[in-house]
Amino acid sequence: MENLNIFIRSIFVDNMIFAYFLGMCSFLAVSKNVKTAFGLGIAVTFMLVVSLPVNYLLETYVLRAGALAWLGPEYADVDLSFLSLILFIAVIASMTQLVEMAVEKYSPALYASLGIFLPLIAVNCAILGGSLFMQQRDFGSVWTAVCAGGGWGLGWLLAITAIAAIRERIAAYSNIPRPLRGIGITFILTALMGIAFMSFLGIKL
Amino acid sequence: MAEKVSNKSVLFNPFSKNNPVIVQVLGICSVLAVTAKLEPSIVMGLSVIAVLAFSNVIISLLRNTIPTNIRIIVQLVVVAGLVVIVSQLLQAYAYDVSKQLSVFIGLIITNCILMGRLEAFAMANRPWPSFLDGIGNGVGYAIILVIVGFFRELLGSGTLLGYQVVPQAFYDAGYVNNGLMILPPMALIVVACIIWVHRSRNKDLQED
Repeated sequence: MENLNIFIRSIFVDNMIFAYFLGMCSFLAVSKNVKTAFGLGIAVTFMLVVSLPVNYLLETYVLRAGALAWLGPEYADVDLSFLSLILFIAVIASMTQLVEMAVEKYSPALYASLGIFLPLIAVNCAILGGSLFMQQRDFGSVWTAVCAGGGWGLGWLLAITAIAAIRERIAAYSNIPRPLRGIGITFILTALMGIAFMSFLGIKL
Repeated sequence: MAEKVSNKSVLFNPFSKNNPVIVQVLGICSVLAVTAKLEPSIVMGLSVIAVLAFSNVIISLLRNTIPTNIRIIVQLVVVAGLVVIVSQLLQAYAYDVSKQLSVFIGLIITNCILMGRLEAFAMANRPWPSFLDGIGNGVGYAIILVIVGFFRELLGSGTLLGYQVVPQAFYDAGYVNNGLMILPPMALIVVACIIWVHRSRNKDLQED
């Protein structure tokens, strides 16, 4: 029940884009059409679902103060938490390499359209951000980490697909002041959607 | 880079014409998240300048020895090392600010500006121009951060750097702080306004 709560909260209330503004670079750059946006969303969701539990295990059994106690009593007061940034990013970077190879093999069209943004998932703030939030919040178990990762990923997917759909329509039908076209109007749209998403605040299951 | 660019343009272009935030659209996340007050914006700007300049230099020194296949991991490790140093320094000397910035210091690692500049510039240039490029882009980023932080703190809480600047007489006359400015979505609107002004002055940047 608690995990379901965290899952739903991660999608709507703690939405990566609209509540924390993480992963904005690729969000802004790849949201020109729905199909590509959806593909990137799937990739990010997958990355979050995989990397969050791995990083959770690292945090619990290696990095946290006293986490090494299972090695023997003399390790009980070792605190490696200053290494967490480097280890987290290493896990994420190697996972990205795996996803990249998988996408290249099974969906060359998607691979071509994502271009530089596929390797850049490694530096997508949403993914490292997920791990850092996980560290801050002391999740209870691996399953909580999986649920939170899935929720954050789906929230990101939802956000990028929605904004891509809006941008497609706007580019076709509306008359925007020239200096605002492209990036400018996307910022404003995102802000309005963010304000709308704030109405989810306080949802509890 | 194919053509030779002068050191001066490497340093000054990113201030406005090729600004990393509003033209290249990199590193947006932190611009939005840390700018509710002016002080964290300034600290964040300085941290990014430092990390960017030094990681550019280090990668530029290593650029001929890094195998291309694993360059992203090498870059990330260099950046992560520098960020750890910055984050420990902040915790030691500016604990309150580092509490406010919370995860966003860690997220400098994944700040797209860093990867973008390392890929695009430091991998192909000598250390000194790379250093200037790092400073230039860092300052370009910090400028936007400070502008956004300035407006959000002024309009949202009526203070600057924690000091009250909107006089009490205004409040007595019925002026109210705009609470909306504190919320993160307003940062997007402020950045959109900056882009609007900037692009109406630089016609060649406008999109069709």
